[in-house]
Amino acid sequence: MIFRILAALAVVTFVAGPVDAAETKVAVAANFTEAAKEIGVAFKRKTGDDALFSFGATGQLYTQITQDAPFEILLSADDERPKKAVADGFGVPGSVFTYAIGKLVLWSKSPDVVKGEDTLKTAGFTKLSICNPVAAPYGAAAVETMKALKLYDTLQPKLVVGANITQAFQFVDSGNAELGFVALSQLKGNAGGSRWMVPQDLYKPIRQDAVLLKKGAGNTAATGFMDFLKGPEARAIIEKYGYVFGSET
Amino acid sequence: MEGLAPDLWPPIRLTIELATTTTIVLLIVGTPIAWWLARSQAWWKEAVATVVAMPIVLPPTVLGFYLLVALGPEGLGGALSGLTGRRTLAFTFEGLVIGSVIYSMPFVVQPIRNAFEAMGSRPLEVAATLRASPLRAFWTVVVPLARPGFLTAAVLGFAHTVGEFGVVLMIGGSVPGQTKVLSIAIYDYVETMQWREASLLSGGMALFAFVVLLAMALIEKRVARVGV
Repeated sequence: MIFRILAALAVVTFVAGPVDAAETKVAVAANFTEAAKEIGVAFKRKTGDDALFSFGATGQLYTQITQDAPFEILLSADDERPKKAVADGFGVPGSVFTYAIGKLVLWSKSPDVVKGEDTLKTAGFTKLSICNPVAAPYGAAAVETMKALKLYDTLQPKLVVGANITQAFQFVDSGNAELGFVALSQLKGNAGGSRWMVPQDLYKPIRQDAVLLKKGAGNTAATGFMDFLKGPEARAIIEKYGYVFGSET
Repeated sequence: MEGLAPDLWPPIRLTIELATTTTIVLLIVGTPIAWWLARSQAWWKEAVATVVAMPIVLPPTVLGFYLLVALGPEGLGGALSGLTGRRTLAFTFEGLVIGSVIYSMPFVVQPIRNAFEAMGSRPLEVAATLRASPLRAFWTVVVPLARPGFLTAAVLGFAHTVGEFGVVLMIGGSVPGQTKVLSIAIYDYVETMQWREASLLSGGMALFAFVVLLAMALIEKRVARVGV
């Protein structure tokens, strides 16, 4: 047994790659979780460098950044916090760019539950899951949508609020809420249930910006990751998850 | 959520309601369990005691995960809530009470069990020779003798429920007046950089914890002096 562990350790040590492989710590908005993981793998394959991800609500990550979190890059779910990061002295000026534009979806695990905006109007459900509208841009977009349909006041008593979009998704996925506003990217590989792509005129486009933080300014792995995010490999992955590639617009 | 920032009272009121309800339920449910654990000769009783004590060791996420599934439409909670026309016990006050009862159980059962064990069987035997019925003996002999244990249990059960966070975060859904308790409100405030509200509530919690622990220490000191 001990021998096996030692052997495994030896393998890990040898396979660990070039000695000069660097790493960068990236704070990622929860909606981008799966795409980021895949981009991280492609990034590693191309450069040998590691991207270490921390996932959370954009607001929560930003709070941590203001408190000296060790992040070198922020992949935000909005275009406000990256701007603010630069203005507040945490971000590198000129480094902000849009890496993806997200789509909001009303989703249920059961077929026939979600049938367009009428589903919200008739409100024949008990729990509608969203994420914290102050901390998470997808939550803000959900509230914006309900307000645009003039349904926010009637729907508010039915809202359950996840700390981030992953939790909002999980409330629906576990069956505890009948439906919820989630990110299109979260439904990848999930063809079942019923869904309504919320029309873009009901909410402000979710422009997801990236910003290089000052902690990462001198790290080639960090600047390398920022460049990689603009490249064709990253683009293919971003589009695969249902986002519009940022530089397009 | 929008518009809630100025209102600090609902989470405080809700937290007190939750902790009070949980403590009452736990005293009712926990006392027979503690009694059985203190008196039973069953070889497997320590296994039961271990199950009761497990929430002390388990991460709240484990409980939160199990509860989310168990309370949901595919679990027992969904079946129960179906009786009242709902589909899940998650996101409800009742759901939080169930979670809190499990989570705070060891903090109530253990002090009561200790008190019962310290008492021994002698007082009950005496009561029996005086022809007191078991129930009467329990109320007139056991309860007064074990009062410090009950007091400790109630204070700890209440305080531990107030201090609950992980389980509520996972099954609560931050519904104002239903599941948005103090710890969740603080989390939301910090997450959204509302430092002033966060520090007000956090300061209150710190003060509360200090008072509770000090009170506990004083109770124990008094008990030690007076004797059980």
